[in-house]
Amino acid sequence: MSKNLKNSAGISWLFKMAWRDFKASAGKLSLFMLSIVLGIAAIVSIQSFGETLKTNIALQSKSLMGADFKIDSDNELTQDAQQIVDSLGGADAREIAFSSMALFTKNQATKLMQVRGISNGFPFYGKIETTPAEAATVFNVKKGALVDATVLLQLNITPGDSIKIGAVTLPVLGALNALPGSNAVFSAIAPPVIIPYEAIEETGLVQVGSRIKYEYYFNAPGTDLTKLEDAVSDRLDAVEADLDTHLATSERLGRRYENFGKFLNLVGFIALLLGCVGIASATTIYIREKLKSVAILKCLGASNNQAFQIYLIQIGSLGFIGGIIGTIAGLILQQLFPLLLKDLLPVDVTITISWTVVLMGIVTGIFMSVLFALYPLLNTLKISPLQALRTIESELQSRRIAVAVTLAILSFIFLYAFWLLQDYRYALGFLAGILVTFSILAGIARGFMRLIRHYFPSTWSFTSRQSLRNLFRPKNQTVVLILAIGVGTFLISTLYFTKDILLSQAALDGKTENANMILLDVQKDEMQHIVATLEENNLNALEQIPIVTMRVHSINGRTNTDLKIDSTSQINRWILNHEFRTTYRDSLIASETLQAGSFTKSVESNAVIVPISVSDNFATDAQVELGDEVVFNVQGKLITTQIGSIRLVDWSRMQLNFSIVFPKGVLETAPQFGIVTTKVIDDQTSADIQRILVTQYPTLSILDLRQVLTVIEKLLTKISYIINFMAFFSILIGVIVLLGAVRTSKYQRIRESVLLRTMGAKSKDILKIQGLEYLYLGLLGALSGILLSLIGSLALAYFVFETTFIPSTIPFAVLLPGITLLVLIIGLSNSRSVIKSTPLEVLRTTK
Amino acid sequence: MTSILKISNLEKTYTSGSKKLTVLEDINFSITKNETFSIVGPSGSGKTTLLGICAGLDKPDSGTVTLNGIVMNALSEDERAALRNEHVGFVFQDFQLLATLTAIENIAIPLELRGAKNAMDRAKGLLEKVGLGNRGNHYPSQLSGGEQQRVALARAFANEPKILFADEPTGNLDAETGERVVELLFELNKELGTTLVLVTHDMELAKKTQNILTIKGGKIASLTRSTHV
Repeated sequence: MSKNLKNSAGISWLFKMAWRDFKASAGKLSLFMLSIVLGIAAIVSIQSFGETLKTNIALQSKSLMGADFKIDSDNELTQDAQQIVDSLGGADAREIAFSSMALFTKNQATKLMQVRGISNGFPFYGKIETTPAEAATVFNVKKGALVDATVLLQLNITPGDSIKIGAVTLPVLGALNALPGSNAVFSAIAPPVIIPYEAIEETGLVQVGSRIKYEYYFNAPGTDLTKLEDAVSDRLDAVEADLDTHLATSERLGRRYENFGKFLNLVGFIALLLGCVGIASATTIYIREKLKSVAILKCLGASNNQAFQIYLIQIGSLGFIGGIIGTIAGLILQQLFPLLLKDLLPVDVTITISWTVVLMGIVTGIFMSVLFALYPLLNTLKISPLQALRTIESELQSRRIAVAVTLAILSFIFLYAFWLLQDYRYALGFLAGILVTFSILAGIARGFMRLIRHYFPSTWSFTSRQSLRNLFRPKNQTVVLILAIGVGTFLISTLYFTKDILLSQAALDGKTENANMILLDVQKDEMQHIVATLEENNLNALEQIPIVTMRVHSINGRTNTDLKIDSTSQINRWILNHEFRTTYRDSLIASETLQAGSFTKSVESNAVIVPISVSDNFATDAQVELGDEVVFNVQGKLITTQIGSIRLVDWSRMQLNFSIVFPKGVLETAPQFGIVTTKVIDDQTSADIQRILVTQYPTLSILDLRQVLTVIEKLLTKISYIINFMAFFSILIGVIVLLGAVRTSKYQRIRESVLLRTMGAKSKDILKIQGLEYLYLGLLGALSGILLSLIGSLALAYFVFETTFIPSTIPFAVLLPGITLLVLIIGLSNSRSVIKSTPLEVLRTTK
Repeated sequence: MTSILKISNLEKTYTSGSKKLTVLEDINFSITKNETFSIVGPSGSGKTTLLGICAGLDKPDSGTVTLNGIVMNALSEDERAALRNEHVGFVFQDFQLLATLTAIENIAIPLELRGAKNAMDRAKGLLEKVGLGNRGNHYPSQLSGGEQQRVALARAFANEPKILFADEPTGNLDAETGERVVELLFELNKELGTTLVLVTHDMELAKKTQNILTIKGGKIASLTRSTHV
């Protein structure tokens, strides 16, 4: 006999065997297949939609801006700036935009609106969509206004009615449905109204201190935008203007949606991971049933590797097929996303297929199948051919293999999360989060088993005791079930609680005297009159905040221009470019705490160096410390200041917060405007006072924070649709894991039930035992998931958002009973066949 | 006469917790080519363990097992598998057909493992030989116990083994079916010139073989050799 003892069967035989075996076992692998398909569908739909959005934004890049590029400034162009514009061939269209109150003369309704005075010809790409359509092209000629369609609907205004903006009254020519560069979220707070460029002057609203945007649009196809940026960006910076190209706009937009996409990707990834739990659980059952066949094959001469490879090929092929089906399902599902995210998307989405995502879906299908099936699969290597002769109890897996497989799985999760998030710290955080959640849920399950074992209620009825015993019997599924139910519930309830946190952040406390209406652009001489008007209408002016605009002139002796040129400077650009709106007062407000130094209440008006207070983020970004000198340019006049104190500011509070606060005494004579805040009790009061104020003070802008809150709420509801949609996947996969677990224990349950019935137990008792067991599992799993997410959300609210919130009752009132019932139904569906058959029949068939 | 299987000073112990249980002790015998041989003994005497070791399914703690001139002790699990594929056939008490494979596919496996080109044709021939020519595409669950054991016989002889081990081949069959399976077993054995090793506690069946090795408490109680059946 030669030393080369090896059978001759090659790879084709392995494939043949894998196929033969699969043909007869296909049904047993259905749960496995479903786990892959759903997991892949979840991740592919999200990924693919992200790619679709990116492609669409890039394709519609020009129509998003309406031009090839634009130059914008907060002030009218200086002579130098005008020269730059002229050197580029002059602007092809212009726009002046600002927020202002508009009054509809028909019913005296008022509304804060974004007024956009646009010259003829704009946009060069895309179009202004109006009803009637021709209104968009004639508004400049006919000297009329195009008003946001929703506003017209809300205020019952129709074309032909009039709108009064400042001193000018214009006819409403049509409803504005869409226009380039419009932001859905901002539009909801200050909806747009388009008027002729020439009409802006007549409004009389362009005054010192008004927040106005001047835009110069260029129609210059074929311009090398990168070269253009290099050539004029710095020059424009120097004259306080900015260049914005259509490419930069679409990139910015893409990034904004990318962050949301990343979050959704993670939700999808969790669904995928649950699918992996499904794979592991289904393979464990499957391979356990195959071990006898493996032993026989080995008896007949198959090597360890051949036996392993047959099932590896099977699992890998199923992963491949599942990957393809899941990918197709994902691509179909992404068609739903534009419907779910309606109004939130910046572009009209045409669904495209990204081949990278398709490849990713298929590869992930194969990879996750093999990886998560590996541990049970390795059992085929260890099974002895002797098992064909007799059943021998043996420890199949070595500890080393278990550790290696676990490490491989953790690496997979980390790398996948890293790929999705592009940041190793976030990926590690995600991995840690997953580990902690899974460990806590598994810990709860184990603790529960130990607890009932230790404090077993021996006085309970037989059925109740038996159902409890089932939870900790050998080969029980308690941990797997609690994990599956718990993770699904955790995900969905976290969604609700997070929404609560975000809303509580934005919420206005009805009981305290927090302002909910802000009057902006109050001229200095109007201040006292406005306060008086408020009082006449039984409203209190809660705060009167003066605002003085200024720019940074120099920091510690180095001028703004000097710092901008210096490439080694660590100072953040926005500090040097921003027009700061500062205030002066003699005390800190509720959202501020002193971090360093001392807050100066007031100084003499002739003080040479003014001690100011800056926010901590200003100090970091401007690279300044206590005692450092900053010179501000206050509309032409230079004021030298010294950092006297640094404040921590809670920007998330719905309150007017400032980066820079001056002491009283210096800015009183500077050109300024003011903000007055008040609290209105209901919509009627709000509408009445707005109408009165706007009639008397046309330059005033009024922001009703309650409306802003409604906008945020609507936005969150829309976002939660899609998150709910992804969470639904998790629940669906959870159900599959559940079905798998139920199926695993079916044989054991049938034997037990039959033995009990043989000894005289009634069908009702059997049902009760199983029903109670699933009730415990469902309740414990769902409750653990909800409580875990509640604790997590409370911690998040307390430590990160520094707020408290009232948790939504939906997880407790709907999710808990709903999921428990689902578990109960799935569990009991298993026992129907047991109850229907006679004990003898079952004993014979299960022999 | 050439020995096909030689067992020398074989010992096998199992450890259960701290207890050592000696299952086989001081076993010595040899089987000559083309002989029929049975191992008998009461339940728990170590018959099946001995069969497992003789067929290379398990390893002894001490002693040597030489099959067709190859000392199996030194072989790895995979080498022993290849050896089984080339020289050994099996018939089990509970048939041990692969449930997910049809009758004909079950028979073809030993041939396919050897890389035989016409495996399915030969499997078909064997299936006809055991009288199940028309049941080739049936799965084991669609066959009766007797039919399953006939398929198992066809599979055991498929690779024309030098030695065939049968573990209680009639144990799961009724008397009449068992009788027919035994007839078929001996018939095929004779036709293909295979050495047959039977493990049974059925003395009537054992008497049909030329040699009877009786095991009691893990030791050889007797070895009766006769010159003909």
